[in-house]
Amino acid sequence: MNDTNPPLQPSRSKPWNDPRVRAIFFQVVALAVIAWSGWTLIENTLANMESRGISTGFGFLDQSAGFGIIMSLIPYDATYSYGRTFFVGLLNTLLVSAMGIVAATILGFIVGVARLSSNWLIAKLSLAYIEVIRNIPILLQIFFWYFAVLRSLPTPRQSVDVGGVFFLNNRGLYLPDPIAQPGFGWVEAALVIAIVAVVVIKRWAKKRQQATGQIFPTVKVGIGILIGLPLLAYLVTGGPLQWDVPALKGFNFGGGITLIPELAALWVALTLFTAAFIAEIVRSGILAVSKGQTEAARALGLHNGLTLRLVVIPQAMRVIIPPLTSQYLNLFKNSSLATAIGYPDLVSVFMGTTLNQTGQAVEVVAMTMAVYLTVSLLISFFMNLYNRAAALKER
Amino acid sequence: MKKLITLAAGTATLLGTLMAGNAMAATTLDAVKQKGHLQCGVTSGLPGFSQPDDKGHWTGIDVDTCRAVAAAIFGDAEKVQFTPLTAKERFTALQSGEIDVLSRNTTWTLTRDASLGLNFTGTNYYDGQGFLIKKDIGVTDAKELNGATVCIQAGTTTELNLADYFRANNMEFKPIVFDTSEQTVQGFASGRCDVLTSDRSQLAALRSKLADPSSAVILPNTISKEPLGPVVRQGDDQWFNIVKWVLFAQINAEELGVTSENVDDMKKSDNPNIQRLLGTDGDMGAKLGLPADFGYKIIKEVGNYGEMYNRNVGPGTPLDLERGLNALWTEGGIMYAPPMR
Repeated sequence: MNDTNPPLQPSRSKPWNDPRVRAIFFQVVALAVIAWSGWTLIENTLANMESRGISTGFGFLDQSAGFGIIMSLIPYDATYSYGRTFFVGLLNTLLVSAMGIVAATILGFIVGVARLSSNWLIAKLSLAYIEVIRNIPILLQIFFWYFAVLRSLPTPRQSVDVGGVFFLNNRGLYLPDPIAQPGFGWVEAALVIAIVAVVVIKRWAKKRQQATGQIFPTVKVGIGILIGLPLLAYLVTGGPLQWDVPALKGFNFGGGITLIPELAALWVALTLFTAAFIAEIVRSGILAVSKGQTEAARALGLHNGLTLRLVVIPQAMRVIIPPLTSQYLNLFKNSSLATAIGYPDLVSVFMGTTLNQTGQAVEVVAMTMAVYLTVSLLISFFMNLYNRAAALKER
Repeated sequence: MKKLITLAAGTATLLGTLMAGNAMAATTLDAVKQKGHLQCGVTSGLPGFSQPDDKGHWTGIDVDTCRAVAAAIFGDAEKVQFTPLTAKERFTALQSGEIDVLSRNTTWTLTRDASLGLNFTGTNYYDGQGFLIKKDIGVTDAKELNGATVCIQAGTTTELNLADYFRANNMEFKPIVFDTSEQTVQGFASGRCDVLTSDRSQLAALRSKLADPSSAVILPNTISKEPLGPVVRQGDDQWFNIVKWVLFAQINAEELGVTSENVDDMKKSDNPNIQRLLGTDGDMGAKLGLPADFGYKIIKEVGNYGEMYNRNVGPGTPLDLERGLNALWTEGGIMYAPPMR
């Protein structure tokens, strides 16, 4: 890095009169200045923290955390380490982001297509949804869903009871939890076989259609296999599944799976907000496909649904994917607003409680930022791969 | 060639500027005097401790602690500006120099004292953690809270005490962690949690914010020690001494019977302790780097500790808290200040 002496070229008069040498020289200098500035910043920070008696280093990650977290996808209690709280928070962030991305994509596509519907009411309703939702700050929407919905739900003792199996109250939605018994492996194996079978059938059907023009009902048969095969295995093995049904014990329901209201509110708010933007992206994508394509499809005798599915959407995707990526990134980053309503995401757990209990702001903030950067880059990377697959292939 | 030299010189200047960041700042006292006001970190709204009224004027025992420091330095208790902070933000604000004193019902613990680069200067309120619960649930003791959902404020010692307490008693709980104490009250009021936990003084304050304060009760259990006090940055012993002795001056004043009402008469007192407190004798102020009459100004402008307590949190205020532990040592409490001599 400090090697600022490029080799001399004897054919030229003076090296600093050679534009190529000068270009390399200035680039090396610029790089050295950037590296030096970064190094100075780090060193300065460390020196200042040292002189003020602030602890540094990552040793705190092994210490016991000593605080509780309401929701964790991996085993956790107060005896686990601060390092563990990082993963608990990270997984909670990824969970709500993944749920949000899936739901927002589906809703966004539906609303985007509906916005172009020839049905006046559907088109105007979609328009109203988009304009209202995307013009209200996301934080307010999160608060709205959290407090407005929470207040209207009953207390645990007056829960909404659906068949003694599902319960809804202001502590969350309680669902029965399936617990696999010995022999459940057969059902899982059957599902895998079913998935493979469906893929094979789809390929075969496509080939046959291209060769003979005969259409095979892939969708109906596929759904039949996907549900039928595991169900058959389940019945044959004698139903190796027990349901842990939630029941009221003391203050709250115990057992089963709980969907906490914080997660629900955040999920709904992120989904509705992002779906409004995705809808506009989908609309722009569809409008970008020239009208001649639709007319040509009609001329070939394709009906509305097929025209949309086979002609318009594949071409629209090329326009849709790049801005869609940035919406996914926005949703992922917006999930950090979870801290406002007490959903235990990475920012709330790790950059909130852990930071405060350890006081190691620089390390904790750096780790959190690194996570957001990494995951965002990963989302971008995979969406770029998808984009390359969907892009116009010139032959 | 000339261009190269100019570039090199420019780079050197830039690097020099970066290096200069290392230089130590002047003392906090000098910086505060130069600014012309004290910058004090407080809560974003906790009745009795620090809360702005409808005219934007801050009141509370933590606010008065800061006003006393301003009175000692400037002779004017109004020369202080308040920065509302959440529990999560408070230490960073102090470490980064955004505020000069943190007076935000902050619990003194070993970790905070030793590893954050901060120093606690004393205790202006002895507190303990308790539980607030809806009356109609019918729980009368914290030991019956197994399985309860608990609202807490993020970044507090409360979070750790809660986990310790439930673990020690072999009970389970579900924590709902909010950023501000206001949100914890909202969560409690909307029924998201069965119990709200915090320092007992705060519970009294938060209960007063409920639509119907009598619908909730504070359980008798106190599960922790919470000595609350002002905090300063490490490494400036003069500033540490000033903030420490301003509070001691207020406690000593109460012990000596000096109040904001009688302080002018007390100036003529023959008691050497009072003379040293009010600066009519000795050079206590000079030793701290403060004006000689700093004690007089504190008492005149803000009052002694007892006045500060009664005005903000004592009987008759919305919080209605008995002195208890916070009474003077001569009256059965543990408020005790070293002698000013």
